Amino acid sequence: MRAKWKRLGNEQTKTAILALLPSLIIFCVFTVYPILYSLYLSFFNASLLSAKRVFVGFDNYANLLQNPTFQRAVSNTVSYTLGVVPIGIALSLLVAVLLNSKLRLQSFFRAAFFSPVITSMVAVSIVWAWMLEPNYGLINGLLAKVGISGPGWLTDPDWAMTSVVMLSIWKNLGFNMVVFLAGLQNIPREINESADLDGVNSLQRLICITIPMMRGPIGFAVIVSVIKAMQVFGQIYVMTGGGPANATMVIVYYLYQQAFEFYRSGYASAVAWVLFIAIFALTLLQNRLLKTEI
Amino acid sequence: MQAKRLITYLVLFCLAILMLMPFAWMVLSSFKEEDEVFTYEMTWFPAKITFSGYYRALTEQPFLRYALNSVLVSVIITIAQLITGVLAGYAFARLKFPGRNLIFMAYLAAMMIPGQATIIPSYILIRKMGLIDTFAGLTLPFLAGPFAAFMMRQFFLSMPTALEEAAIIDGCTRLQVLSRVVLPLSKPALASLGLFTFMGAWNDFMWPLIIINRDTMRTLQVGLAIMRADIYPDWPMMMAASVMATTPIIIAFLFAQKQFIESLTFTGVKY
Repeated sequence: MRAKWKRLGNEQTKTAILALLPSLIIFCVFTVYPILYSLYLSFFNASLLSAKRVFVGFDNYANLLQNPTFQRAVSNTVSYTLGVVPIGIALSLLVAVLLNSKLRLQSFFRAAFFSPVITSMVAVSIVWAWMLEPNYGLINGLLAKVGISGPGWLTDPDWAMTSVVMLSIWKNLGFNMVVFLAGLQNIPREINESADLDGVNSLQRLICITIPMMRGPIGFAVIVSVIKAMQVFGQIYVMTGGGPANATMVIVYYLYQQAFEFYRSGYASAVAWVLFIAIFALTLLQNRLLKTEI
Repeated sequence: MQAKRLITYLVLFCLAILMLMPFAWMVLSSFKEEDEVFTYEMTWFPAKITFSGYYRALTEQPFLRYALNSVLVSVIITIAQLITGVLAGYAFARLKFPGRNLIFMAYLAAMMIPGQATIIPSYILIRKMGLIDTFAGLTLPFLAGPFAAFMMRQFFLSMPTALEEAAIIDGCTRLQVLSRVVLPLSKPALASLGLFTFMGAWNDFMWPLIIINRDTMRTLQVGLAIMRADIYPDWPMMMAASVMATTPIIIAFLFAQKQFIESLTFTGVKY
């Protein structure tokens, strides 16, 4: 009997290894090895164009932190995040609260708010670039009709980041809205009913009941949005290319440029690791929140 | 109460119009003549509906080739992720083997690694394999992923084991159990994971951007981005290309709203 169990166990091990193998091979080759190798590369002066590399210790990290363009990229990424996350979360919470009542046309509204989420970032970035075109675009055309002469948006260093932020808020609003709609369903009906009996108005209800009850989903949406914001790339590549005058230079675009335009693979790997550590820390925080709140 | 409802509708309508405005602008501009857009008085509607933008996108640009590449890449990645994800998820959920927890922990940790952190070594690796400008290079790193294995494992764990045990007593092998008993019950999870993976692959931009140099191997996203880089922008053509690139997905979404939303948000914690 024991022997039979043991054989069965061995067979299970064999089956398991066979089942796991395809996934495990890709995982080792394209996740485990690259993350370790990029740490290794970050300590070298290395180029994508030659096989020669020189060990430089922490020099890449030291240079990175002193580099004005990288500093600019970090501060731009932070201001992008501060622009996208609070406004985006507030707007999607507003929409979710409005949509959470019994409404006609509910599925029309939901589709309208969610459709930017499913369309490709590149395509909508091109559409927005055309909307924001200074002379012939939609936005300045509409502004001209009410007598305002609009800025150059993407070509104006003062407005370029704002333009990218507007696009990103529009693109992600539906995602957080759905997260919040699910959260709103979980607020016990009795709480809202007793609030109605007590004559609580809508604003009071939002501040005193809805937001506190939605701590979990809001915390979750904030962290997911921050992680997404730190990885912003596609819209920058298409709309501004990091310009004008580095006004929209962000961390991932900087990494892309250093690695694949200037071929500085060692230095760019240091950028990658700095980004990785920041995102890893945020994700740990998210997992803790998920466990305690939701 | 009535006034409150009215305000709710009003606010939602205004916001919905703002949300849909870029799409309207895209569609209307795509039917304009090439030089019609360069008038100082902005107009919504084309003076005369023309398909010349579409014609130029399809003839002067290898748009169809881009679309075909995108379809192929996304389909290959989706099918492969479903197969590898089901197999790995089943092993994690139901089979006992040494090192299971350790490997699973490694998978969990890897889900926190952003794609940009591994992109340089992955690029060097693909180049060493001689796979620049190939479908293999476009798809290989994405044929399996920790997230697919994780999601399928969670799903299998939520299923009762009684049916599987009965099948094993009846003499089924594990593989038969998986294909005949477990998979038919897993359709919702497979649809969710498949849709999520397909959307991710279809919209992926950075990897195809660096791995492809040859025009005919570009995916739709890279092809669109390259059109935009032209110094003499042909906006109606670009809008026509954007319409063609987005409408199939939008139509699919309108038909299966619920599946899309569930797949992208509840699967899509990772997104």
